[in-house]
Amino acid sequence: MSLIIGLGVVLVLAILYLIFRIGNLVELVKGKKDDVSSWNTANAYLLMLFMIVSLVSFVWYSVVHFDSYNLPVASEHGALTDYLFWITMAVTVVAFVIITIAMFWFTFKYRYQEGRKASFVSDDHRLEIIWTVIPAIVLALLIFSGLRAWNDITGPASKDAVVIELIGQQFLWTARYPGVKDSQLGKHNYKMIDASNEFGLDLSDKNTFDDFKSLELHLPKGKEVQLMIRAKDVLHSVFLPHFRVKMDAAPGMHTTFKFIPTKSTADMREETGNPNFNYEMACTEICGRGHFSMRFPVFVHDTVEDYEKWMASQEAWLKQNPEYLQRVPPALREAAMIKAGIPADSEAAIMASPVTVTAKFK
Amino acid sequence: MATLDIHPQTTTHHDDHGHDHEHHGNFWTNYVFSEDHKVIAKQFLITGMAWALIGGILSVLFRLQLGFPEANLSWLRPILGGWLTPEGKIDPEFYLALVTMHGTIMVFFVLTAGLSGTFSNFLIPLQIGARDMASGFMNMLSYWFFFASSVIMFTSLFISTGPASGGWVIYPPLSALPQAMQGSGLGMTLWLVAMALFIVSSLLGGINYITTVINLRTKGMSFTKLPLTIWAFFFTAIIGVLSFPVLFAAALLLIFDRSFGTSFYLSDIYIGGEALPNQGGSPILFQHLFWFLGHPEVYIVLLPALGITSEIIATNSRKPIFGYKAMVGSMLFIAILSFVVWAHHMFVTGMNPFLGSIFTLLTLIIAVPSAVKIFNYVTTLWKGNIRFTAAMLFSIGLVSFFLTGGITGIFLGNSAIDIQLHDTYFVVAIFTW
Repeated sequence: MSLIIGLGVVLVLAILYLIFRIGNLVELVKGKKDDVSSWNTANAYLLMLFMIVSLVSFVWYSVVHFDSYNLPVASEHGALTDYLFWITMAVTVVAFVIITIAMFWFTFKYRYQEGRKASFVSDDHRLEIIWTVIPAIVLALLIFSGLRAWNDITGPASKDAVVIELIGQQFLWTARYPGVKDSQLGKHNYKMIDASNEFGLDLSDKNTFDDFKSLELHLPKGKEVQLMIRAKDVLHSVFLPHFRVKMDAAPGMHTTFKFIPTKSTADMREETGNPNFNYEMACTEICGRGHFSMRFPVFVHDTVEDYEKWMASQEAWLKQNPEYLQRVPPALREAAMIKAGIPADSEAAIMASPVTVTAKFK
Repeated sequence: MATLDIHPQTTTHHDDHGHDHEHHGNFWTNYVFSEDHKVIAKQFLITGMAWALIGGILSVLFRLQLGFPEANLSWLRPILGGWLTPEGKIDPEFYLALVTMHGTIMVFFVLTAGLSGTFSNFLIPLQIGARDMASGFMNMLSYWFFFASSVIMFTSLFISTGPASGGWVIYPPLSALPQAMQGSGLGMTLWLVAMALFIVSSLLGGINYITTVINLRTKGMSFTKLPLTIWAFFFTAIIGVLSFPVLFAAALLLIFDRSFGTSFYLSDIYIGGEALPNQGGSPILFQHLFWFLGHPEVYIVLLPALGITSEIIATNSRKPIFGYKAMVGSMLFIAILSFVVWAHHMFVTGMNPFLGSIFTLLTLIIAVPSAVKIFNYVTTLWKGNIRFTAAMLFSIGLVSFFLTGGITGIFLGNSAIDIQLHDTYFVVAIFTW
């Protein structure tokens, strides 16, 4: 059956080709002067059809999928960059539509016609100056507004900003919070990293004692957050799509990004009508075979008080890994136990316990 | 039609005897190790088309996985074998390898060597009235370095640990550390060797094109009468000669980091349960060096196409190109600017934000000469008498494409907007354009 259909198709194509050939031969016999293909006019109409179909479908999908252009925005600077995005979109769409229509209309209107001669137009300085100056002015405005936003976004964070460290590694993220006692991130050194001390905390610095680890990024709503970003092994990139935040994580350096979340997780659940909504952070720099799975849950608290309550409920890293007290210089040990919240009477037992983790110096 | 006298200088014919003898050489000197620019152009064309086919197939493979993430691709097992997971998905690491090789092949082997190699070689001597390229021997070397590079790159597709997989931009430390992913082992080594040969080929070609255009123009072919195609090839060659050595340097330093324990790009790395001794390097340095080639590369790919389009549109509209001087000027301006915009690929890498501002400014300025070119193409069509030949249809398509790609660049070049769009499919889309 399919053989017959196939043969039929071939036959029809062959007939169409013959008709086309005959048409050409007839033209030749009639003594056509030019070597222009008889398909020339058809091509002009097809180009016109192409333009109309493309522009209509462009408008159609833009309207239908308007909400999918950008995710709902949940940060202060994000509203600004979205605004810039849409301004740029408006300018470029106008330019795109005008130029596209002009170009396709010219190709249609000035398609080959027998006997007509093309006009000799090779230069028009006035016209050229106009279309150099207009884009230059429009671009200057875009550059100006873009740079103002950029300077605000990349400017220094305020003194009372919440500081959180994000660490990327193959293939997971971890967050380190400064702890409620000193609100300062302690020093770290990559040579001190081992299986338990995954931050490479330098325990001779007293600011490390109350630092704690989190496998979820918790943020306060309405307060400035300063992310300190680093990587352990290869490049990673912090991407918080709803907050319009992106910054690479590179080993050997700290990158930063500051922003103010404006919608808590609860707000967003209400806005999207999805009770299971959760913010998410992703990695956007190829980092190896597990790159696609490198996600990190994000939770935004409704108020700063809620956030602080959550902070206070977390256990210091040192309390979770008390054997590391042995690494703390003896003079600081008491302060460390107080800051980390380790009961004072357990010191002797901890110091006597065998060292479970050995540092790997290479 | 009157017969054209193709040997107007009959008196000097005897001087060309040596040249004529070459045509009586054997198969090897005529078609394989030929110094004739037309044969070399065809060699580039055929190799480039083979690469386009390979690069296209790779992209079909990873798009199958991307477009139908739930599908069972076990039917590909006869081709991919162990690169499929038991559930019939493409192995994540091989997926990255496919993306990497697709990018490398398309950008370098098809659009740089395939495009410039073919058309510059074929058209420069013909359009400026020269007998051949300035150095036929260098031209032949250029192809054979490209061929050697192709063989090595192609071989790397079949090694057991897979080809390079760190993205076509091969950012270290991922590309520098074999323990970071399989593809950063032998695959990456082969990639670097192949690219080193490729750069040699590209430089040999570029120097030849520049020399030929400057020195071998026929009598009366002044620079102001040079066809726009040749202007485009000329600028392309200059951009290539100035930027490829920087990639060569970047690759060389990467080889040192990989094999000789240096720390140009590596610092403070803890991987595979051990802390590496490297300290003081910067992964951002590599990105600066890479994009110093990487951005001009965009114009190495684009300018030849624009040059050819200029003449196809003019010819098929039966009109001279509108604003010849503006066309040359805008290409010159684009060529110069292409060297000072590279860091717009790095807005969110932690680079100093002030640099980001400068690069935003310079990047968006490129839109002005690009807009001038588009307006000039459209005006060339105006009041023409247009023949829709296949070349003409492609050229109209190119102008439309250039418009779409160009205006999306205005989004990405603006650093504040780029924060959201960087490393997303928005960028993949503009690149693929």
